[in-house]
Amino acid sequence: MKKTFPIGGVHPNDNKISRNCAIEVLPLPQTVYISMAQHLGAPAKPVVAVGDKVKAGQVIAEPGGFISAFVHSSVSGTVKSIAPRKDISGNSMTHVEIAVEGDEWAEGIDLSDTLVTEIPTDRAAVLAKIQQCGVVGLGGATFPAHVKLNPAPGSKAECLILNGAECEPFLTSDNRIMIERSKEIVIGAAIMKMVLGGCPAVIGIEENKPEAIAAMQKAVAELAYEGISVMVLKKKYPQGGEKQLINAVMRRQVKSGGLPISVGAVVQNVATSLAVYEAVQKNKPLVTNTLTVTGDCLPVEKQHNYLFRIGMPLSYIAEYAGGVPEAAAKIVSGGPMMGRAIANMDACTVKGSSSLLYLSEQFTKRKEASACIRCGKCADACPMGLEPFLLNKLAQNGMTEELEARSVQDCISCGCCQFTCPANIPLLDTINLAKGQVLGIIRARAAAAKAAAEAAKAATQK
Amino acid sequence: MNLTILWTVLVITLLGVVLAAVLYLVAQKFKVEEDPRIDEIEKVMPGANCGGCGFAGCRAFADACVKAGNLDSNFCPVGGNETMKKVAAVLGCAAVEQAPKVAVVRCNGTCENRPKINEFDGLKSCRVKAACYSGDTGCSYGCLGCGDCVAVCGNDAIHMDPATGLPVVDEEKCSACGKCAKACPKNIIELRNKGPRGMRLYVSCVNKDKGPAVKKACAAACIGCGICAKTCTKDAITVEANVAYIDFEKCKLCRECEAMCPTGAIHGVNFPKELDKEGIKARIQERNRKAKEAEAAAKAAAEAAAKAAEAEVKPVEKEA
Repeated sequence: MKKTFPIGGVHPNDNKISRNCAIEVLPLPQTVYISMAQHLGAPAKPVVAVGDKVKAGQVIAEPGGFISAFVHSSVSGTVKSIAPRKDISGNSMTHVEIAVEGDEWAEGIDLSDTLVTEIPTDRAAVLAKIQQCGVVGLGGATFPAHVKLNPAPGSKAECLILNGAECEPFLTSDNRIMIERSKEIVIGAAIMKMVLGGCPAVIGIEENKPEAIAAMQKAVAELAYEGISVMVLKKKYPQGGEKQLINAVMRRQVKSGGLPISVGAVVQNVATSLAVYEAVQKNKPLVTNTLTVTGDCLPVEKQHNYLFRIGMPLSYIAEYAGGVPEAAAKIVSGGPMMGRAIANMDACTVKGSSSLLYLSEQFTKRKEASACIRCGKCADACPMGLEPFLLNKLAQNGMTEELEARSVQDCISCGCCQFTCPANIPLLDTINLAKGQVLGIIRARAAAAKAAAEAAKAATQK
Repeated sequence: MNLTILWTVLVITLLGVVLAAVLYLVAQKFKVEEDPRIDEIEKVMPGANCGGCGFAGCRAFADACVKAGNLDSNFCPVGGNETMKKVAAVLGCAAVEQAPKVAVVRCNGTCENRPKINEFDGLKSCRVKAACYSGDTGCSYGCLGCGDCVAVCGNDAIHMDPATGLPVVDEEKCSACGKCAKACPKNIIELRNKGPRGMRLYVSCVNKDKGPAVKKACAAACIGCGICAKTCTKDAITVEANVAYIDFEKCKLCRECEAMCPTGAIHGVNFPKELDKEGIKARIQERNRKAKEAEAAAKAAAEAAAKAAEAEVKPVEKEA
C-alpha cells in the first residue's frame, strides 16, 4: 500500500508533458544579472566592485545575516554595475551585472564527471563547505541549507527526507535530475546523513515518475550506502510540502508553529542534495540549476529541461527555447499551483528558479466569483486542516485575533482551497494577506516579549 | 375574588418596593465614579465615531481628553477647531489649533501618463495586489487603482475616476479622518493642510526610482531633478530619495515650483487664476539675473576692498 499524507489534498491533472526531455545545457548569454536576494532571509552584501574581473564560481557577495547565503558569480567576465534592477514581481533589488567573457572557472573546482563516492567524515568542515558554496534549499523556499542541516542543540534528527515528490503539475526538472544524476543525489543524501549524525534517509517520490523511481532505486542499490531507501508515494498535491511529506513518510505531524526538527525530521529537496554533492565533493558552488520550459499552450517538441546558470535573463531563455507562444496568457515562474506570475520578463533566474510556464487563457483566467454556499470543500481540501471559507470571511473583516486563534499562520499557501472552490472565490488571496498580518503581529509580540525579558534580566542583575 | 386581586396588588407592590430598595443600595455600594466632563465633551463632539482621532469613537476620545487633562496631543479632525474650542471650554484649558486638512492623492499615473504593461487577474484589492507584485504598470510606487481607499471612506468623499483610473477626493465631504491614507498600501494619500480658500500646492508623485527609470514608467512623474527646490525662495521643498516634497507649513503658494516643474508633477489646486507659466518664468529669470548681478557686484566690491587693504598694508611693511 503506497503512502500519502492523510489530511486534505487535491488531485490536479499532473501535466508532466516535458518528462522525457533530457536536460540540455543553455549557452551563455552576453550579460548576466545576479540578484542579491536569492535566498530566504537577509539579502547578501556584494564584495566585488565595478570593473573587477571575476571567474565562474568566485564569491561576489557575502551573507547579510545569520539566515542568509553566499552568492557566487555564475560566469567569468567583468563586473559592469551593481545597481537596483527589477525582479520577476517588478520590485527593485540589487543585482550585480557581469559582462560574459569566455568561460573560465575559479581554481579548485572540479568540473569533471567522475563520481566521488567517498563520504567525508568531518562534520564541521562539510557544513562550512555547504555554507561557503551558497547552497540553499531548491524546493521553492530557498532556505539556507547549512542552517537546516545544523539543528539547534537538544534536537536530534531521526530521519532525513529527500523530497522528490515534485507534486506541482507541469514541472519536471526534479524528475529529470533524478533520472540523469541519480547517483550524485544519493551521494549528496549520504553526505547530509553523515552531517545529521547518521540518521536513516528516505527518498520520497510520487508514483507518477516511474523512470525516476527506477533510476533512484538502481543508484541506491549500486552505491550501497547504509540506511538510504526509496519510498514510492501515492500521487497527491501538495505532497512536496514539508509538513505533508513528513506526515506521508514518517506518519508524524508537526504541531502548529513548530519546525520539522521537533518531530525529528529534516527535509531537503533532491536538487539541494545534488547541490550538496557538487559543493562537498566537487567544490563547485551553487551557480547552476535545472529549469523546465513548459506549458499547456506549448507543443511537446518545444518543451525543454535546461541546465541554466543563475543570473540568465528569463527573456534570453524564452528566446533560446523558441519564443513566447502566441496563446500564452500568463507566464509563471514555478508551478501552476504555487508559482508566481512573471510581471517582468527581463528579470533574471535565481538559485530557486524552477520553470518558465506558459499557460493559456482558458487554463489560467480566473472565473468570476459567486457567493460561498458553505459546501465545505475547501475545508476538506486543506492539507493543514484549516477552514479557508471562515478565514476568508474573517480576513475580509480584519479580525486578526480570531484569525490567529484559527491558525491562519499555519497556511502553506498551497492553493488547494482555491483550486477546489466551486464558487471560484479567491480564497488564497485574502488568506495570504491575513497570514502576513498575523505573522507580523506574532513577530512583534515575540520581539516585545524578548525585550521585556531582557529588561527584567538587567533589572535583577542590578 | 376581590380579595385575591387586592392581595396580588399588595404583594407585587411590596415586592417592588423591597427590590427597589435593594437596587438602590447596590447601586450606592458599587457606584462607578465617572468624570461628568466625559459626558459633556461627548455631547459637543460630532458623533461620527469615525476613529479619525485615533480612538475608538467619540466617547473614547472624550475619555482620553479628560484623562490627559490637556489637548496637546488630541485633535478631532472632523469637528476641527470649532469643536476643539468647545472641548477646551469644558476642560478649562487652551485649545491647540490645527489648520483644517484634506486627503490628497499623490499620483499622476493616469491611463495616458502611465501605460499598463500587464493585467492583474487576482482579487480587486490594492492590498492583495501590492502583496503579489509591483503593479500592472511600470511604476512600482504609484496608485494600484483597486479602490481600497474608496471602500474604507465613511463619508462617501473619495471615488475612482474611470477616465484616469485614479481616486478623486471630494473636498466638501472629506473630514480628514485619515482612513484612506491608512488603507493605501503604497502610502500615496497624505493629509495636507487645506490651505487658504482651499488653495494648495503638492507634488503629485511618490516614485523613489531614479529619473530615467521613472520617466520610462510614467510621463508625469517626479524625476527628482531638484529644479523646484532650487526655485523655491521659502525653503519649503526638499528632494529626498529622488522625489520632491513640499512642506505645507512653509509654502507661501507662489506657484513658481509648479511653473518650473519639467514633468508637471507639481499640482496647484483651487487657485482663482490659471497658471501663468511664462510670466512666472520671466519673473524667476529676472530675479536670478538680479541676484547674479548683486553677487557679481558684491564680489567686485569685496575684491576692491581686499586690494585696498593690501595696498594699505604694504607701505607699513616697507616702513618696518
